[in-house]
Order: sequence, then structure tokens, then C-alpha cells
Amino acid sequence: MATTADTFQAHHDDAHHDADHKPGFFARWFMSTNHKDIGTLYLIFAIMAGVIGGAVSGIMRMELQEPGIQYLGWWVEFLGGGASDFDKAGHMWNVLITAHGLIMVFFMVMPAMIGGFGNWFVPLMIGAPDMAFPRMNNVSFWLTVAGFLSLMFSAFVPGGTGNGAGTGWTVYAPLSTSGSVGPAVDFAIFSLHLAGAGSILGATNFITTILNMRAPGMTLHKMPLFVWSLLVTAFLLLLALPVLAAAITMLLTDRNFGTTFFDPAGGGDPVLYQHLFWFFGHPEVYIMILPGFGIVSQIVATFSRKPVFGYLGMAYAMVAIGVIGFVVWAHHMYTVGLDVNTKMYFTAATMVIAVPTGVKIFSWIATMWGGSLEFKSPLVWALGFIFLFTVGGVTGVVLANGGIDDNLHDTYYVVAHFHYVLSMGAVFAIFAGFYYWFPKMSGRWHSELLSHVHFWLFFIGVNVVFFPMHFLGMNGMSRRIPDYTPAFTYWNEIASNGYWIIVASMVVFFANIGWALVAGKRAAGNYWGAGATTLEWSLTSPPPFHQFETLPVIEDHHSHHDHIGGRPEKQGARPAAH
Amino acid sequence: MAGATNHQYHILPPDIWPFTGSLSALTFTTGMVMYMHDLAGAFLVLGLGIAGLIATFFSWFSNIVKEAQAGHHTPVVQLHMRYGMILFIASEVMFFVGWFWAWFDFALFPSELTDVIGGIWPPAAIEAVIDPFSLPLLNTLILLCSGTTLTWAHHSLIHGDRESATTGLWLTIALGVVFTAIQVYEYAHAPFAFGQNTYSSAFYMATGFHGFHVLVGTIFLIVCLRRLYLGHFTPRQHFGFEAAAWYWHFVDVVWLFLFVTIYVWGGWGAAIH
Ligand code: HEM
Ligand SMILES: [Cu+2]
Repeated sequence: MATTADTFQAHHDDAHHDADHKPGFFARWFMSTNHKDIGTLYLIFAIMAGVIGGAVSGIMRMELQEPGIQYLGWWVEFLGGGASDFDKAGHMWNVLITAHGLIMVFFMVMPAMIGGFGNWFVPLMIGAPDMAFPRMNNVSFWLTVAGFLSLMFSAFVPGGTGNGAGTGWTVYAPLSTSGSVGPAVDFAIFSLHLAGAGSILGATNFITTILNMRAPGMTLHKMPLFVWSLLVTAFLLLLALPVLAAAITMLLTDRNFGTTFFDPAGGGDPVLYQHLFWFFGHPEVYIMILPGFGIVSQIVATFSRKPVFGYLGMAYAMVAIGVIGFVVWAHHMYTVGLDVNTKMYFTAATMVIAVPTGVKIFSWIATMWGGSLEFKSPLVWALGFIFLFTVGGVTGVVLANGGIDDNLHDTYYVVAHFHYVLSMGAVFAIFAGFYYWFPKMSGRWHSELLSHVHFWLFFIGVNVVFFPMHFLGMNGMSRRIPDYTPAFTYWNEIASNGYWIIVASMVVFFANIGWALVAGKRAAGNYWGAGATTLEWSLTSPPPFHQFETLPVIEDHHSHHDHIGGRPEKQGARPAAH
Repeated sequence: MAGATNHQYHILPPDIWPFTGSLSALTFTTGMVMYMHDLAGAFLVLGLGIAGLIATFFSWFSNIVKEAQAGHHTPVVQLHMRYGMILFIASEVMFFVGWFWAWFDFALFPSELTDVIGGIWPPAAIEAVIDPFSLPLLNTLILLCSGTTLTWAHHSLIHGDRESATTGLWLTIALGVVFTAIQVYEYAHAPFAFGQNTYSSAFYMATGFHGFHVLVGTIFLIVCLRRLYLGHFTPRQHFGFEAAAWYWHFVDVVWLFLFVTIYVWGGWGAAIH
């Protein structure tokens, strides 16, 4: 019998073979049970949501370019809110920051990382023909779309002082309860219910797939680090999201059915909402970054042409981050009146997370140390990730100190922190993964030149936008307020200019992708060469509609230290690890 | 489906129900928003959503049953389902953690800011609580009993004794229905109304969500009963039954926690209705 890789090459040549037989348009994209197609849908959805969320942030940066209110009133009237006044303009601001946060977290980063790359590459990397529950996979995607639509509905109905939900992405009570009359916040809450249900189902799917469908011979300790990252992420989703579901259900009944969970008049406590939210919320920030860790590990190993340094340490560092991530939540609540001992505990516990995080950073550097680095676009983005994520991690450790955070909480310093870990951490990892795998997914090459131009513009743009926010925050500029004292003008103006550099970089990105899809060179199966050892590289680009109809076998020649994932051989009777 | 596969996994053909189901879910939540804000047409939208959801669940699970009967559920596919069910139950556990968290917060730190609570638990506004050792205790015994009848049914199934399995399952379902009936009666006669203070908010929401799970579990068991009559279950392969049983036991355990922490401990010292 032919080898795995050869078999698929052969299938690909024969267009009529079953393995590559694709359903018609509607069945293929609306009724899909194929992990690669569903992954593609997620990626397209994430890009669209990212454009919308990014446009919203443009409105925000324009407004913040100068002190005073300039554009908000115009937006109120443009969106049909009638003649604007100060309160309506303020509400408009709240709606913008809420939409931006929710869209970027739930409808851009998560769908791209987990739904997109997770769906595409977890089955490929473990040598599985598809996900464990292919039909449920599709309902995860469409529930995410339903959630997004519900959030969109909220923009057009009353939410208190004007149209739309203006609660912030954290949906804190009492602003989200008695502070927001009208259906908008209910739509936003249901948006989270729908997307959350989709994510929980997706999490069970990933865990089941990873634990049960690894190719013969691929033990957990031979599994590629990207798959490890998805496994940990899925557990975080599975255990954190239901608590959010309970919390926002309490919001819903407080708003509409007369319960008093968060209403002091009936003995309730808004701080309870914060506990429930952050019990979910802190794991959520790791949900957004762990898949990025996985992507960066694959890329660093590929372009250093050697296995990741300290493979097991890398895998268990992610497990440790996941576990500790569940017991640090109140570092988001230092100013609610926690007693000093509680603050001390949460300070210490939060700092502990820096240890496994440090393990990861140093292992990436150690992997590259002395490697024959090839500065292809994915590696450049991964390096950007390592550098900028570290900056965000360092400011995180600063904020972890309860005493210091009393001053920095709710200032732009926090905004700077989480954008360094998200807009630069998570998003750089997404772009790194995108350039790493785009030819694999589409079968066509992007331009390396444009990818590098994209990188440099984006790198400069995000730093111009977000680095000044550290200064603004340390000087006391509050987050979530559209106006500020003229003393803050200088850095705000610079930050707003940075936004246009990011826009320019995105133009390059779309040009790059458009060009690749129309005229890109055909990509070979393993276009990154010897450093790319995981199983997706044993397939054609794009892979056949159904891959691994004969499961690859991973043989154990060497100890696990030698590879970040099993690699089948291209020739011979059986695929083997080497 | 693909042609020659040399593995035991279940590759599925395209299917419309995930799309329909999501659309129905969105219709349902939109209908809920309309209902909560007294908008015209709320019941129509709500009804459409619920109908769509029911149709989705019905068709989806019918398809799973058909696939099982057609032999697609190889041992590894059955293993997937075991994992899937356990993980689903784990997420349900975390959902209840949220409600218990609220309950313990209120009970351990009763608010001193309002006379409604008055710094005591049960709160000042709660003049009397439900006697834990009357109907709730009976309900506890009923659920525990239903756990044993279900296990009896399971063992009978494993030993190929379909008649006893049927009897055991009938009894379990009957006990589940009696439990729900008693719960409804208890709500109707409770000495405190829904909402208004933390006690009755958390009480009704926690026990209410549990009640909803009992309902779902009962439906799940009824489906199993029908499949038992149809001869779908063999002593070796009856995961649908096992999943229902796991779910039922989970619901049972949640009740034990509710009984101990809400009915007994949470009402301790208060006047009894
Ligand atoms: C070294 C690890 C990290 C530490 C010690 C840390 C610490 C903190 C602390 C103490 C805060 C609260 C600041 C405040 O509100 O006053 C915070 C906020 C935040 N962090 Fe981190 N963080 C870390 C990593 C991350 C990562 C990896 C992400 C996401 C990828 C992240 C995302 C966020 C977000 C989104 C917020 C703001 C949430 C909000 O208030 O809206 N952090 N972080
Ligand atoms: Cu946190």
C-alpha cells in the first residue's frame, strides 16, 4: 500500500475520487460537516467581525483625538437616535466601546483561533479524518453567527439613554440592570448566551477529538504543541463559560422578572456579578491567548529547524496557566473593597502565573538560539508576538499588585496592558498562523514581500496607538470616558494617528490575500521544508476534502524530546516518525 | 459520505439541522426579548423559535438513532459519545456552581443594607420557609428511589432481561413525573413569592433550573423507553440509555446539594410553613 502522503496526492489528482468529492454550494457552506470548511467559515466570519470591530475602534480613536466631544452627536443622529445631547453622546460612547470589546473578544479572536485554526489544524495535526462530532461542529459555528446577529440587533433598539447596549464588555450591574432600560441589553445578553453555547459545544468537540482520535502511536506527549494549546483552551471554555451563562441569566431575571441578585434593595450585591463575571473572565483571557502560544510554538520550531526547546515543559506550562487561571480572578476587582488579605492572596496567585508564562517565553528564545533562522513572514510575526506579548505580560505583573492597581485600575494603563497581550499578542499570533498556514488552506502563495510590509506597518501602528496609553494611564486618564483634560491631548493625538497606520497595514493585508487568491503561485504540500514536521505537511495544499482515510502511524524511534509532533515519512511501506 | 475509508470514525454527510437549530435559537431569544418588553408579535416569534428548536432536536436525535441502528456507531464512535456526554455534564455542573455561588454569598453574608434582609438568614422578609422535612424530603427519597430503579433497569438490560428493564424504566419515569408534580405543588403553595429578595431569587432560580433539568431528563428517559420497546438496545450496545442514566444521576446529585444547602441549611432556624 502507498504511504499516507502518496495516497492523498493520488486522490487529489483524481478529481472524481470520493475523497475529494465536494457537495454543492448550499450544502457545502450551510450544511457543512467538514472540519476544514467549517474552519474556513470561522476564519471568514472572524475577518468580517474584525473589520467591523476595527471600524468601531476608528470612531473611538477619532473621538479621542482631541479633548471635548466631537463626533459622537453626529453618530447618534446618523444611527437614528434623534437630536443628540450630552447624555445621548455619552451613551453612544458606551455603545461603541461595548460593541468593540464584545466583537473583538467573542467574534474575532475566539472564532479565528479556536473555530478557524483549531478546526482546520487539530484534526490534521493528530492525523484524524475529521472532528469527533462533525455535525455539532457546524452548530457551534452557526450559533456564533446567531450570537453576532443578536448583538447587531441590540444596536438598533433602545438601551437606556439611547439606542444600543452601553454596558462595557463586562456587562456590570447595575449599569446593565436598572441603568439600561429597553431591549438592547437583553439582546446583548442573549448574544453571549448563543455564542457561549456554541463555544461550549465546540469545547466538548475539541476535547473528545484530541483525547480519542490521535493517530496510532501519537501519545499525548508526542502531540504538537498547538494541539496541546487547544486542549487546555477547550477545558477552560468548558468550565468557565457556564458560570458566565449563570451570571448573565441572573442579569436577565434581575432586569425582567424581579429578582434581586445584584440589586441592594433586595439584599443583592453588584460585586457578586463581578465575581461571577471574572471567574469566567480571567480564564477567558487565557482562552484568547493559549492557542496563540500553540501557533507560535509551531512556527518557532519550523523556522529554527529544530524541535521546541523543553517540549514537555511547554505543554505543562500551558496546563499550569490554565489551572492557575481559575484562581486569580479578583485581580480585576482590587478596588471593589476587598479586604487586604484577599488582595494579598490574589496578588500572589496572579504573580505565580508569570512563572509558567516565563517558561514559555524563555523556551521560545532557547529554541531559536543557535537555530538556522529563516525570517519568513510567519516567523517575523511570531517574533513580534514574543516581544509585544512580553511587554503586556510585564505590565500585567505591575497591575497584579493590589496596592499599585488601586491607582492604575480603570486607567489607560490597563487599556495599554490588555491591548499589548491581545491586539499585539493574540492578533500577532493570528497573523503568524495565517501566513504560516494560508498556502496550506488555500493552496496558493501569498506575497512574502507584502506580508513583511503588512507586518512592519502593523507593528509600528499598534505601538504608536498603544504605547502612549501607558503614559496616559500613569498620569491618571480614565478609561471608558470620551472626554479628557487638555493635558492629555499630546499622547492621545499621537495614538489616534497610529490608527491610520494600522488601517494602511490592513489594506496591505487584504491586497495580499486578494492577490494570492487570484494569482498566487500554487503551494506544494510541505512548502516550509525540513523544519515543518507535523502531520498537516504530509498532505497536499489544500488537503483533500477527506484526509487520512488510512490513518497515519507514528512510530516511536526516538524519545519524545526529539519532536514536537509525530512526522510520517514520505516513502516506504508505512509512514514512520523518522 | 466518502468512499473507501480504513478507519472506524463516523464521517457525516452535510446536514441542515445545525443551521436550522441556530436560526431557531436566535428566533427564540429574539422572541424572549420581545416578550420581556411587551412587544407586539412576541408570542408568534417565540412560538416559531420553540417549534424550530423542537423540530431540530427531534430530527437531530432521530438521525442519531437511525445512524446507530445502521451500525455507524463503532466502538470508537461510542467512546466519543461517552466523552461528549461526560464533558457536557461537567459544563452543566459549572452552570449550577454559578447558582450555588450566589446562594452561598447571600446566605453567608446576608445584607445589612436593607430591612428586607436585616443582616439575618433567612432574610427578615421571609416570614416562613418550606419545611425541608416534609415535601422536599419526600422528593429526595423519590429521586434516590428513581436512581435505584434506573440502575435496576440498566442491570436488567445488561443481562438481557428486557421485561424487567422496561418495568424499571417505567418506574423511574413515573417517579420523575411525581417529583415534578410535587415541585409544582410546592411552588404553588410556597410561603414566599418569586423574586423581591435574595432568598427567593436564588431559591426559585436554582431549584427552577434543577426542575427544568428533571423535565429534560424525564423526556430523555421516555425516549429511551420507546427505544427499549422498539428493541434498539442490546446488552452490549445501549449508550443512549447510559447517557440518559448519567444525566439522571447528575440531576439527582444536584438535588441532593439543593436539598442540603438550600432547603435544610439555608432555611435553618426560620419559621416553618
Ligand atoms: C502575565 C500575565 C498577566 C497578568 C499578571 C495580568 C494581570 C492583569 C490585571 C491585574 C488586570 C486588571 C487591571 C485592572 O483592571 O485594574 C488585567 C486586566 C486585563 N488583562 Fe491581564 N494579565 C496577564 C495576562 C493577560 C493576557 C494573556 C491577556 C489576554 C490575552 C490579558 C487580558 C487582560 C484584559 C482584557 C484585561 C482588562 C479587562 C477589563 O477590565 O476590561 N491579560 N490583567
Ligand atoms: Cu485577569
